[in-house]
Amino acid sequence: MRFHAEVSAQGGGPRRDLGVVSERKPWAAPAAFRQNRLRRIAAFSICALLLGGCEGAHSMLEGAGTGAAAVERLFWVMLAAAAVIWAGIMALAFHAARIKAQPEREDTAEKFVLLGGVVFPTVTLIALLIAGMLLLRGMIGGEPDLHVAVEGEQWWWRVDYRTPDGDVSTANEIRLPLGQTVELSLTSTDVIHSFWAPALGGKMDMIPGRTTTLKLTPVEAGRWGGVCAEFCGTAHAQMRFEIVVLPPEEFETWLAAEARPAAPAASADGQQVFLTAGCGACHAVRGTGAAGTAGPDLTHLAARATIASGILPLTREQLRAWIDDPDAVKPGALMPAFPDLAPAQMEALLDYLTGLT
Amino acid sequence: MTWIDRLAPPPPPDPDRHAAETARLNEVWEQPKGIARLTVVNNSSIGKWYLIASMAFFTFAGILALLIRLQLAVPDNDLLTARFYNQAFTLHGTAMMFLFAVPIFEAVAILMMPSLLGTREMPFPRLSAFSFWCFVIGGVFVCGSILFDAAPDSGWFMYAPLSSDTRQTGIGTDIWLLGLSFIEVASIAAAVELIVGVLKCRAPGMRLNLMPLYGWYVLVVGAMILFAFPPLIAGDLMLEMERAFDWAFFDVTRGGDPLLWQHLFWIFGHPEVYIVFLPSIALIATMLPAFTRRGVVGHSWIVLSAVGVAFISFGLWVHHMYTTGLPEISLAFFSAASEAVAIPTGIQIFCFIATIYMGTFVRSMPMLFAAGALAIFVFGGLTGVMIAVVPFDMQVHDSHFIVAHLHYTLIGGALFPLFAGYYYWFPFVTGHMLSRKAGLWVFWLIFGGFNIAFLPMHWTGIMGMPRRVWTYSAADGWSTLNLVSTIGAFGIAAGFLILVIDSLRPKNRQPDCVRNPWQAPGLEWIDKVPGKNYGLRSIPLVTTRYPLWDQPDLQRQVEAGEWFLPDAPEGRRELIVTDVLDAEPMYVQRVPGPGWLPFFAAIALSLVFILTTWHLWMLVIVSAIAFVVLLIWWLWTGTARPPETHAKDVGRGLRLPVYASGDGSAGWWAMFITMTGDLTAFLGIVFAFFFFWTVHDPFPPVGSGLPDTGFLMIAAVLLIGAWVAVGASKRLNRNGRVNAALWLLVAGLLAAMGGCAALIWALRVNGLDPTAHAWDATCWLLALWVCAHVGIGMLIIGYCAAGIFWRKITPAWDADLGNVALYWHFVGLSVVVTLTLLGLFPLLRATP
Repeated sequence: MRFHAEVSAQGGGPRRDLGVVSERKPWAAPAAFRQNRLRRIAAFSICALLLGGCEGAHSMLEGAGTGAAAVERLFWVMLAAAAVIWAGIMALAFHAARIKAQPEREDTAEKFVLLGGVVFPTVTLIALLIAGMLLLRGMIGGEPDLHVAVEGEQWWWRVDYRTPDGDVSTANEIRLPLGQTVELSLTSTDVIHSFWAPALGGKMDMIPGRTTTLKLTPVEAGRWGGVCAEFCGTAHAQMRFEIVVLPPEEFETWLAAEARPAAPAASADGQQVFLTAGCGACHAVRGTGAAGTAGPDLTHLAARATIASGILPLTREQLRAWIDDPDAVKPGALMPAFPDLAPAQMEALLDYLTGLT
Repeated sequence: MTWIDRLAPPPPPDPDRHAAETARLNEVWEQPKGIARLTVVNNSSIGKWYLIASMAFFTFAGILALLIRLQLAVPDNDLLTARFYNQAFTLHGTAMMFLFAVPIFEAVAILMMPSLLGTREMPFPRLSAFSFWCFVIGGVFVCGSILFDAAPDSGWFMYAPLSSDTRQTGIGTDIWLLGLSFIEVASIAAAVELIVGVLKCRAPGMRLNLMPLYGWYVLVVGAMILFAFPPLIAGDLMLEMERAFDWAFFDVTRGGDPLLWQHLFWIFGHPEVYIVFLPSIALIATMLPAFTRRGVVGHSWIVLSAVGVAFISFGLWVHHMYTTGLPEISLAFFSAASEAVAIPTGIQIFCFIATIYMGTFVRSMPMLFAAGALAIFVFGGLTGVMIAVVPFDMQVHDSHFIVAHLHYTLIGGALFPLFAGYYYWFPFVTGHMLSRKAGLWVFWLIFGGFNIAFLPMHWTGIMGMPRRVWTYSAADGWSTLNLVSTIGAFGIAAGFLILVIDSLRPKNRQPDCVRNPWQAPGLEWIDKVPGKNYGLRSIPLVTTRYPLWDQPDLQRQVEAGEWFLPDAPEGRRELIVTDVLDAEPMYVQRVPGPGWLPFFAAIALSLVFILTTWHLWMLVIVSAIAFVVLLIWWLWTGTARPPETHAKDVGRGLRLPVYASGDGSAGWWAMFITMTGDLTAFLGIVFAFFFFWTVHDPFPPVGSGLPDTGFLMIAAVLLIGAWVAVGASKRLNRNGRVNAALWLLVAGLLAAMGGCAALIWALRVNGLDPTAHAWDATCWLLALWVCAHVGIGMLIIGYCAAGIFWRKITPAWDADLGNVALYWHFVGLSVVVTLTLLGLFPLLRATP
């Protein structure tokens, strides 16, 4: 039941503010992470108390997408208003309890109920409703520059880029060009999932039999967290993904690389193991004959930063642990364990997989 | 000149008569001892047991919550497994909602209502007992499953297709569906009783506008239960049919739709929140006069607001579904409704503050908890308005922000007022006060612990932590907040523990509680505490809203036996049933005493549900037959027996009949209310029909089998014929033509049987297959629903025929026949709707 803190820096993709990142981001170096733990906790508590400034790859307050930024502004306004209203009602109640009885002032009491209970909330709520619906319209609008199909499956994400030259298939890591609007087509084949990348924008459910859409416009490069927000069975907590926002030209380079078939096998033996052990029944590696579709496409596995749907860093050791017994890492995982691989076979397989750049 | 002016003066004091009357009342209302305690039906005992049982389930669910918090205290924790965690949070929500929040409302109402309304008992004591036993058995069944690692594990919301697919989820889901359907039936039974109690069993003279606010809230909440639970029962039925028999309701590959479940669930689920919240507000409204030394300001505003909340709460279920990709116009409508519900809620709170302003505030334990409730609930209400705004909800939906929000509303809106009420009425039930010193600890531990647990949780959600996750990584940045929340949770637990200890510690050495310790105006404090088994010495005439303040001599008069029913000369437990609006006495209802029937009937019915879980069909049938036999026995021996006399003197020269039939009788109202709920469940299935119509074009799909028109017409003729026959039989019997009435009932019975056969055949002959497509499944479900109701209708027709034959039903004493005719009106309505949908609706399909 490991759920890894550290994702090593390998795996590509530029980092936002690398120096700062090592202080508090998931991909911080392990040693630095441990040394700074106490400081982090202290700093974090203070941040939490001050209700602001604390950021994380999952935070709604990162403003990494236009949608999240708009909702964040709304949140601060509503929070301030709520705080004032709450304090006002408490003050009124305490005042009413402390003063002498006012049996004569029926008029005041009635006016109070009418103004406080009817007029004030009606006006406020109508304003809020209009603001909310306008904001929603703003979030819905805009022609997308890019289409990506994301399918939720127990318990990972199939990601297909719709390009003029055909679909490019990958999994659990969605790379997006900075400043462009992407329309995500969301579907599910098994149960209901929900796609949520808080730093970028809202969430949308993925419902069998329907296609829902969500538009995101990233405005800050970096690596952002995403989770499944709808309870979807045993491994719901470990169904994660990452969104990597790149400058458009880097994105294009990456997409072109993804579209190509797999790199020549780094280990011919490993490829042999991959094909004979049955990996290809579920996983595709384009250009090798392995064309399974039940699990993630592994053609460019080594270009990703994580495995097991965003919960483990892609390192040789993690990969070994995962293949050895997926259920131990991620209870409920549907991939079968491969405990019978001989050590040499395993090493060759790992050579092969880590060479799939 | 009203009936009140015609009352005779009270009899002169006579100690001998007084002693004899008290002795007879004592004897009639005496509680059985030993094992026979299980036969108790008296509202004060059943209410107390109901309360204790709900508190036990609360404790159970609370322990699950502590386990959940322990697991989340640190990142990468391996205290609980993923599978156990999923069971734990599912059961936590389920038990808190179905086994604590709703039952505790019914418990308090059953316990308190007769005293608050100035009467002796609920109208149907055996139904209370039956409801209680169903609740306990069903609750233990559902909760106990976790000990066998077989608890439901798909969330208290049970979303299909995770829950509808037997490969995804095991027996736990069946336990949830069947166990809770069973408890929902118990809840509806209690709601029926409470509604009839408020409408028909108030003290004479207590017109609707004099009724305590608590009565109003019970009425509103009872009605909400009646309209909110049935759609869920319809959904449960569909889900269980899909799981057990592979009927296609939620499977998209066969024309089903998972969103249908979400609609049915939230049509129940959102009103449910207000079903939980309003009774607690009612407790505050009832206590407030005692602690402000004046009546509540804006009495009618409060009543109207409660009705308004109830009404609006049925129009905002979709705010749980903002992220399912609905059209913008729906979002706007439901967003408006979700925000609008804040207005009537706010009015109630402002009326309370206005009452405090105009009155003299008295500090006390109950008011301390009420203040805590105000602080917490207002906060939860404000975050509620925030999440009613669609874009914000699209971010925080299903995050820990929502967990924090819902606990602020439910703990602030429901639990703190309940604690306030617990401190307030504890002496009423036990005769002893709770410790003030311990109470301060209880309050500050729970209040402080709560805010430490849940205030940071808003932020955890803002930081992106989703709900229902059993683990997270240290790198997510959620660790500190979660640890703080866990510490707070144990603060709540410590406070609750002190409350339990303070309640259970022996209080024999403590001086007895003084009479009316809070100097309250409510009728429940008229007597010494704890009260007698029979309750009031005599049932008073109530002419004011705050009788103990405004009718100063009332206490003496009641205790001197100067008012109604001061005696039980026939050795029967009796109540006065009054008119709905003006509470003018209408008749004396004899209510049954202790008996084993409710207990065994509950066991038999629970076996039907429990054995169905394991598909043990033979045993299910045996249990069902046992249940029906017990039920008939119960009705035959205990209800609407021809009385020994037409009318009796109830005191002050008032003569009242001892039997009533038709819409004056409590039984007729109970039937009417029950069938309204039942019809709502039927409408849940009709909703499914039209829902499928909106997702399929055309619907029925091209090529699907249609019910045979000829057989449908035969079914229509026969079933409507049976309906008419029952109505005609009632008239004939009343006109004295007993034999004709009897034969008409027999004819109705045969027609009903034939009608059912024709209806089933109309579907079979054209090969409708419920496992093939949602169209077929929905048609079959409608037909089965009608047939099941016609089947029950046949049973009660037979019951009436036997009644006429053996002279239980006579032209003068025909309450049973009146109620059966009423039942058949509802069946007739569902027959007409079903046949229209099956026969005429497909004709609308556009021909290609």
